[in-house]
Amino acid sequence: MDTTVEKELWKGNEAVAEAAIRAGCKCFFGYPITPQNEIPEYMSAHLPEAGGVFIQSESELAAINMVYGAAASGVRAMTSSSSPGISLKQEGISAMCSGELPGVVVNMMRGGPGLGTIQPSQCDYFQATRGGGNGDYRTIVLAPCDIQEAVDMTQEAFDLADIYRMPVMILGDGMIGQMMEPIVWHDIPKRELPSKDWCASGRKGRDHSNFITSLRIDAPDSEEFNRHLEAKYKTIAEKETRWVEKDTDGCEIIIAAYGTPSRIALSAAEELEAKGIKVGLFRPQTVWPFPSERLAELAAQPSVKAILVVEMSLGQMVEDVQLAVKGAKPVRFYGRVGGMVPSVEEIAEEAEKILQEVR
Amino acid sequence: MENILPAWMTAHHITAIVGHMGGGKTELAVNMAVAMAKAGEKTAVADLDVVNPYFRSREQREMFRELGIRFVASAQALVDADVPSLPAELNTLLQDMSYRSVLDIGGDSGARVLARYRHQIAAQDFAVWFVLNARRPQTATLEKAVWSLRKIEDEMGLPVTGIVNNTHLCNETTAGDILLGAGLADELAYVTNIPVICHTAPRSLADGLPELAEPVFPIDIYMKKPWER
Repeated sequence: MDTTVEKELWKGNEAVAEAAIRAGCKCFFGYPITPQNEIPEYMSAHLPEAGGVFIQSESELAAINMVYGAAASGVRAMTSSSSPGISLKQEGISAMCSGELPGVVVNMMRGGPGLGTIQPSQCDYFQATRGGGNGDYRTIVLAPCDIQEAVDMTQEAFDLADIYRMPVMILGDGMIGQMMEPIVWHDIPKRELPSKDWCASGRKGRDHSNFITSLRIDAPDSEEFNRHLEAKYKTIAEKETRWVEKDTDGCEIIIAAYGTPSRIALSAAEELEAKGIKVGLFRPQTVWPFPSERLAELAAQPSVKAILVVEMSLGQMVEDVQLAVKGAKPVRFYGRVGGMVPSVEEIAEEAEKILQEVR
Repeated sequence: MENILPAWMTAHHITAIVGHMGGGKTELAVNMAVAMAKAGEKTAVADLDVVNPYFRSREQREMFRELGIRFVASAQALVDADVPSLPAELNTLLQDMSYRSVLDIGGDSGARVLARYRHQIAAQDFAVWFVLNARRPQTATLEKAVWSLRKIEDEMGLPVTGIVNNTHLCNETTAGDILLGAGLADELAYVTNIPVICHTAPRSLADGLPELAEPVFPIDIYMKKPWER
């Protein structure tokens, strides 16, 4: 390890905000909601120092539409919220996909449905990966499991948004936003970014005006545009799918989890390994695109008896796991909901119970 | 026997723990209360954090009960409803000098909750300790630390009476981090004329530290993340 790099202690929400500023975010629009309040709070103090603009909008709906407008002018723009606030942004996210506008949306999920609870949750997986707004659209969804990864993903999110001209979501849970962890600031690999010659920032001598809209009245044109989106999403699935696996080679059971539960699963795996059970861990870093192919390969290993999916939901990512595994192996689920967090013991017990059943 | 309390901990009836968000105020408050209760002191803890929704001293309620520590906090329902409420019981605690009370205060402007009680507190034998973490970027330089301390004093209308060097990097803390914090705490003490009370250190590091001018308070980590054992 490079010991000359100084570690700093950051709270997840603050770190995400600082990472966005370092990534060149120039406009932040948001509205307070626990457990993500430190993002707008930090932005309000520090984005203007970096030459950016912070606006506390009158609602989440206004915030996402301000992101639409700022992105259309070619600057890096962002909004953040937590579950109920993200619901309000869905229309704007759909419109950004249609207008092909880059932007970053952070969701530090809390318990639902409705206003729910301020405690941590992962109950917005369907909303994030299936599209809570209307239309055939996708958003890239990055799911950090610690603050270092949240920082790195926030910086990458802006690049991905610019490359593919679409909103990118950081899907954290309240725990990621609220906890403190040591991080280092390092340069993330620079990606080649396309020019924003499409943006509406003045004619600048071009022979045409750029026009950004989400309205396509002519059906054949509209179909052609949808096919264009389809091709784009296919490219993203090929190039941007990411995951992390640990001890999956020849394992007996795979525990699949993202975000906070993936770290609890890691501790549970250590307990199970002490008892001689071979546990593989599979953690999607992108939940859309979902790393289906790799998970299917791992599940196909003769050693694998079952897959346990752990979430802070009633079972949402488990459906992507089932689609990936296609019935080749039993897929089981363990979840805690409403702001409750699964314990190491609960996950370890569940894995043992499943193995007793399927062995 | 290990249950003899250091003089700095028994010097006051009311100790309010303030500081920048994430400095480790709750961990210090919990460790002080446990040390005092184990030494046979009649101890109380008040969770007065109206800023943070998670990682609160209220999570140690069960342990406090087992140790006979009086715990004063507003209802969980109010916390979960995002209502910045204070417990009515706090009034009685601030007047009951049979207790040694540790007040766990929210970060930064969370110290404003003390403004409401500043006359009551000032009338008693009290201390207000500023928790310093030199690994937190917002208090990592002398200038920033002074600004944070003075801002908190303005918020609460009470003076900070002591500095606690609680420099840490969660479970990655090294002796070097603590010494870095000790240096910053010294500078902060010099420019503010507020004394350094102690340096905290995880129990595993406490014995290995070089001699410091102020006492070292070995602490156990109670405020764990769900995956930490």
